[in-house]
Amino acid sequence: MLHTVNKSPFDRHSLERCLRTCASGNAILLIEDGVYGGIKGSIIEDKVKDAMKDVKIYALEADVNSRGIKNHIMDGIQLVDYSGFVDLTTEYDKVQSWL
Amino acid sequence: MEETAGEIKKIMYVNRKAPYGTIYALEALEVVLIGAAFEQDVMMIFMDDGVFQLKKEQDTKALGVKNFSPTYRALEMYDVEKIYVEKESMEVRGLTVDDLIIPVEVKSNEEVTKMMGEADVLLNF
Amino acid sequence: MASIEVGGKSIEVDEEGYLENRADWTMEIGEAMAKIDDCELSSNHMEVINFLREYYEEYQIAPAVRVLTKAIGKKLGPDKGNSKYLYELFPYGPAKQACKYAGLPKPTGCV
Repeated sequence: MLHTVNKSPFDRHSLERCLRTCASGNAILLIEDGVYGGIKGSIIEDKVKDAMKDVKIYALEADVNSRGIKNHIMDGIQLVDYSGFVDLTTEYDKVQSWL
Repeated sequence: MEETAGEIKKIMYVNRKAPYGTIYALEALEVVLIGAAFEQDVMMIFMDDGVFQLKKEQDTKALGVKNFSPTYRALEMYDVEKIYVEKESMEVRGLTVDDLIIPVEVKSNEEVTKMMGEADVLLNF
Repeated sequence: MASIEVGGKSIEVDEEGYLENRADWTMEIGEAMAKIDDCELSSNHMEVINFLREYYEEYQIAPAVRVLTKAIGKKLGPDKGNSKYLYELFPYGPAKQACKYAGLPKPTGCV
């Protein structure tokens, strides 16, 4: 399953709920303000790192760049472009959007 | 747009939203620039996700929207010089003042509370 | 959609004559816009237009007239950084009119 998160983890709990709920082998794609969940040195970093042990985490590059946080993204989070986004949605059997 | 004899008010703009997920940040910036003509005692506080508005290195080409972060650098020319960020909001997000596009003064949450108390008008975005 | 003809090409403008696509701008378009207002662009006009284009490039806004006047004064000297000089060049309002010829949007805060 592919999870998408589009809200800032500092404003909403959707990323934390997603991290708690997703299963091993799932993937999470951070989009829109959700990309703030991928920054280094934040209070949520440890939770995200922990999840990365058995969940792959991606972030949409256009959203990362527009927010000026490319150099702040945690190691291990892979940036994807729009076609990478499409690939992910086809690679996994279904999509859970944490709106 | 010279104001009538009215006294100068302390206007505090409270910016709490990230820049591109919603329209609030851009709207606030436009209101501040337009409002500057009224020559009031203006201050801007960036707190919560609002601190992300001032993040350096924003590049919106792939997103296809306007990058309005350079406009914050024009605030000084509009005589908007009291620009603050909340310390705790920066820390939660792993940001330091070096990450920001303009020089700002860092205020603790306690100081923000005080400033809000002292302002005549609070405008929230 | 309104448009103006410049050098055989049709250029899109809004209902007030401001360029729709900033990337379309050429000096000829600026001159054509000025001609519509019965204004012949001199090197003094050009100086202000170029200043505005640089300002926009740097700050992504067209400055309010008060800010423009101050900034021009800083860059080109006090004899040019004053309302009298700028209004003589651009009688419809220096920020508004010069921005139009410079292919920029109407300044933020202008009605």
